[in-house]
Amino acid sequence: MKPSAGLTGLILFTVGLGSAAELHFTMAGDPKTLDPLQVAESHSETIRYLTGGVLLRINRTSGLVEPELAEAWKVSADGKSIALHLRAGLKFSDGTSLAAADVVRTLHRALDPKEASPAGDPFRSASGAPEITASSIRDVDIRYKAVKPGLDHLFDQLAIIPEKTAKYPATAGPFHVIDHRPGQFVRLARNPNYWKHDAAGRQLPYLDSIRIDIQQNGDIEMTRFLRGELHLIANLDPENFDRVAKEKPGMARNLGASLDSEFLWFNQAPSKTVPDWKRKWFLSTAFRRALSQSIHRDDIARVVYRGHAHAAAGPFSAANKVWFNAAIKPVAFDSAAALKELSAAGFVLQNGMLRDREGHAVEFSVITNSGNRARERMAALVQSDWAKIGVKINIVTLDFGSLIERITKTMDYEACLLGFNNVEIDPSEQMNVWLSSGAHHAWWPNEKTPSTEWEKRIDALLMQQASSGNAAARKKAIDEVQKIAMEQEPILYLVNPDYLCAISPSLQGMAPTAAPPQIWWNIEWLKLE
Amino acid sequence: MRAPRRVAGIILSVVCLAALLAPWIAPYSYDQQFRDSPAAAPGAQFPMGTDEIGRDRLSRLLYATRVSLALAPAAAAVSIVLGLSFSLLALRRARWTREALSGITTLSLSLPWIFLFVILRAELPLNTDPATSILLTFALMGIAGWAWAGRVFSASLRTLADADWLVQARASGMHSLRIASVHMWPHLRSIALAQFRALIPAYILGEASLGLLGLGVAEPLPSWGNLLKDLQHPDTIRANPWALGPLALLMLVMICLEALGSDTNNEVTV
Repeated sequence: MKPSAGLTGLILFTVGLGSAAELHFTMAGDPKTLDPLQVAESHSETIRYLTGGVLLRINRTSGLVEPELAEAWKVSADGKSIALHLRAGLKFSDGTSLAAADVVRTLHRALDPKEASPAGDPFRSASGAPEITASSIRDVDIRYKAVKPGLDHLFDQLAIIPEKTAKYPATAGPFHVIDHRPGQFVRLARNPNYWKHDAAGRQLPYLDSIRIDIQQNGDIEMTRFLRGELHLIANLDPENFDRVAKEKPGMARNLGASLDSEFLWFNQAPSKTVPDWKRKWFLSTAFRRALSQSIHRDDIARVVYRGHAHAAAGPFSAANKVWFNAAIKPVAFDSAAALKELSAAGFVLQNGMLRDREGHAVEFSVITNSGNRARERMAALVQSDWAKIGVKINIVTLDFGSLIERITKTMDYEACLLGFNNVEIDPSEQMNVWLSSGAHHAWWPNEKTPSTEWEKRIDALLMQQASSGNAAARKKAIDEVQKIAMEQEPILYLVNPDYLCAISPSLQGMAPTAAPPQIWWNIEWLKLE
Repeated sequence: MRAPRRVAGIILSVVCLAALLAPWIAPYSYDQQFRDSPAAAPGAQFPMGTDEIGRDRLSRLLYATRVSLALAPAAAAVSIVLGLSFSLLALRRARWTREALSGITTLSLSLPWIFLFVILRAELPLNTDPATSILLTFALMGIAGWAWAGRVFSASLRTLADADWLVQARASGMHSLRIASVHMWPHLRSIALAQFRALIPAYILGEASLGLLGLGVAEPLPSWGNLLKDLQHPDTIRANPWALGPLALLMLVMICLEALGSDTNNEVTV
């Protein structure tokens, strides 16, 4: 029988990709660690997600907590403790059994101050370390002294570790590392002891292996994808996305607004280098709101992101369907209204230059990190928009280290344009930004006491939601925080960039979503056909 | 050999004239954004197309030429004057002076100058006027680059110092300045020009790299350096080959300088 052209093409395609069940993609750098408790950067996080066995997993599409190694769990009515019941017959990839003692050991290690484990951070509490006990071989109880909000959401990033350490640690997730050649690749093989099965009783994952090449050069990655050597590219920039859409229609996937946001803020903290009159502008709500109103966010989305971004409406992206306050809309561009508001606040437009009551010309610098094309272009658009209302800005691009030094330590800056990569949908991730005492309280970090009534109110609402076990009460509090954030605009949210990626049609079972890891969050269900 | 020199001279004059007349001949202002035409292909409205945020590439190139063609050669000249001065200073001096100056040159060549620029950025207020920032950046590049030129001049001067004609000139009581200007400069001119030509593109690209430190030419002012930065991204060139315009102009200017220089070189050797 003569194979059809389509079949021949399929055969050639799969031959080109190596083993039919080996998923192939790239990462920009090596994972710094294979220890799931020491993960502190995105490449290690990718490996942890693909290999780590967790007790509970957050479904990236529904936002609901789902059972994994724990088949049942119960959060106590007072919100202080959780009881987890493990599945029977669990094993690590090396064949050793996984029991409650492994969970207790993992948590103890994660919370051990000597380990300084980032994975332990979500489990820490101001009320002290939790009491962790194994009440049976399959039951674990975790008890805090005070309410710990979202207890069942904490386990999504805690991979249970075996007692025995090894160069390539045994895992309880769908894959385990079998080879890592720094600068070249990381290879994962399916975990032969993975507990999950499909409805037909077939053991998951469907894929045999994953090869992740280390490739810093995005253009080479793109060329290899277009040649059919890679199955996917995660997180494309708009230019490359449009190229894929043009050359391989159907493979370019826009998942809509991501959880990330780009924004701008003014330095409101006391600073030796910011004159008092400038600080007075930055502390003025009317000034901030007027300047926000004169930024054309739709133009930023259309020009800078080639239409692959959405105007932002506050601290939460609309993609965060659980926590976003849908009543809030992005600030509409209206320079006439902005000038009116500025005029009411004592500013005057004279010969094309905006001046304050004392006659100072409104001119300040905006810093952003160099090398980020989108931010440099955004800054140029904002510069042009603000020039129309007589505001002059000097754009200064700095290397990331210097920029962080200025915005967190020396406070030697006037305004800053930056972005957040949000990993989680839960508002607890943004606590350190919105609590006035937070280290990332951008406009005035580590305030000793809230400097305004509205900041005081935000603090109260955040603490209230943090100590509440009631989801509806938490949502109400977070809704109000978003409302205040948009009324006061200490941070001028600009856009939520879309999540853009490229996926080969041979990869089946995908359910890409805005929440990270957007493409492979359900890795065990992915198939190559 | 006169024809290529003449052609080079004419081309350089045209480029310089176009740069000088930029405010009058550029179709638009360098910072005017046509947001409905980002990354537009060349056409009647935009002869060289537009950049990613809709600014006319031709207008930006004209203004960029103004900035880069004025400052990069000036910085190169500063390096050469400094390099030559140090080398002349070392000539015929006591041994310890020569060795001290040689040590300073070596130290200067091995210094990580980038830290000097980092310090400069830290000391400069963020609201420094763009013109001041540009001038300081090029001035500092000019000062930092003296040692490369100095090393080459020193080597040449050592050879010249023992030449019979120089010994004779000295023996006849000729003043050092006259010896330097009448006898030595014709021999050093070709070296100076070669150094000058090599330093110009280095400073143009150096200015672009210093953008990483928040120095140099900041948005929206264009320079060859920041226009060339676009070429780091192949997608930009693929989408709009006219983005290569600044590179083509830089190459043209360098070829013209080379043509002028090679004629000079021939004149000296003949």
